Amino acid sequence: MSTVMFDIPGPKARVRHRLLAVVGSVALAGLIAFVLYRFYDSGQFTAKKWDWLQYKQVQEDLVSAVLATLQAFALGAVLALIFGAVFAIGRLSEHAWIRGSAAVVVEFFRAIPLLILMFVFYYGLPMIGTKTTPFVAVVLGLTLYNGSVLAEIFRAGIQALPKGQAEAAYALGMRKTQVMITVLLPQAIRAMLPTIISQLVVLLKDTALGFLITYPELLYYARFIGSQGQFGRPIVPSTIVAGAIYIAMCLLLTGLATYLEKRNRRSKKHIELTDTKAKNIADGAATGGVGL
Amino acid sequence: MDVLLDNLNIFGPFFLTTIELFALAAVGSLILGTILAMMRVSPVPVFRAAGTTYVMVVRNTPLTLVFAFFVFAYPLLKIVELSYFTAAVVSLTVYTSAFICEVVRSGINTVPIGQAEAGRALGLGFGQIIGQIVLPQALRSVVPPLISTLIALLKNTTIAAGFSVAEAGAIRQYLSERGYNQFIGLLWVAFGFIILVSVLSFVQRSLEKRWSVSR
Repeated sequence: MSTVMFDIPGPKARVRHRLLAVVGSVALAGLIAFVLYRFYDSGQFTAKKWDWLQYKQVQEDLVSAVLATLQAFALGAVLALIFGAVFAIGRLSEHAWIRGSAAVVVEFFRAIPLLILMFVFYYGLPMIGTKTTPFVAVVLGLTLYNGSVLAEIFRAGIQALPKGQAEAAYALGMRKTQVMITVLLPQAIRAMLPTIISQLVVLLKDTALGFLITYPELLYYARFIGSQGQFGRPIVPSTIVAGAIYIAMCLLLTGLATYLEKRNRRSKKHIELTDTKAKNIADGAATGGVGL
Repeated sequence: MDVLLDNLNIFGPFFLTTIELFALAAVGSLILGTILAMMRVSPVPVFRAAGTTYVMVVRNTPLTLVFAFFVFAYPLLKIVELSYFTAAVVSLTVYTSAFICEVVRSGINTVPIGQAEAGRALGLGFGQIIGQIVLPQALRSVVPPLISTLIALLKNTTIAAGFSVAEAGAIRQYLSERGYNQFIGLLWVAFGFIILVSVLSFVQRSLEKRWSVSR
């Protein structure tokens, strides 16, 4: 098959590709072998370093750490979706002052690093007399940041719907709110579902920032186990285990997005978006998420 | 205002470190990301598989975990010793390059195949086709997502503060040691980031205007 970058290989190119495949395999295998050797040489593969996984107490704590991560994710996701929907509608309002203030809020929270936002809630708020817990700070940060990104996604989805949808609803005598809530928003959500879920994957990954404001989630626990002298300070194994759990959780969510996208394409209710900007945002999310 | 003016000797150098981190990681991840994208579109299956695996693993790992690996776990492997700053640049590069790779790849896919075929028909070699025909067009079409990724990178540099790098995210800690109000300090840090992000958005808009291609 000819692609933009590579022509259909002729006999010479085929030989070259085969040679490259061999050289590439050897180089990659060498790199992997080197890294594995370093792991082995520094004693990361000894039974003692992995022993901690067998303790019942550790297993239970690991599960509760994962649950803490999922708890922050679930609450953050629900609140961010609500925040996003409200501010998307706000930015499409007919009243300039609502439109303007919604735009300021969304742009503000999108420009600030999420970690700074969490710092503001965890370290900043007590300065002006409001006590907060790490959990509250994590959830608030996740909600405001990802909610703002989701607001932009919803807005693009609503704007990309064919004009006839809103016009038909108005012609039926529906009111503005009815049109938005019963006609436009559901269709926009359906059209943008894969993008929305990619953003939720970002949200799930961002729960790990809680580690930096002492929220006892998965990464925090991995670090804790890794510093335990009685298990031989297994920081390398515990980081690997935490990484594997994060990757598994994110892949499950991504799998859900792919499944929904396929089902959506088959569905009779599927609407082809007219606007290229929305498509760009959808593509952007597919290639890495609007907010990473 | 006092919080900012009294501590300019913290705000200045720390934001400078942030910009250094950003610049080094941006260059690094653009290079590594482009190499990965090449691997993912190459006709050699081994390279394709390696590129795909890298992107899948890194994209689904939290950046904080990447940092934790390079700062806490990596030194135990005794390969090459990294300072905290270098470890931060490496972590950011490793993480961001997976996203850059996907952006560049989608850009390459937007270039019509006829462009390269016409180049081949003219007798241009592989390097010429890539360098003069495919990549320039691909880059133009991905300016917005590319800059979005770089903006995300800029904001992600704050995570380095949690791993002993004295950059903008760490200003809070120093202010509290000096007895200043952290809340006000953090608002100033946020303001600084809004300015930096605005600059990048401005670059994005002007590049988009200058480079936009109509097909």
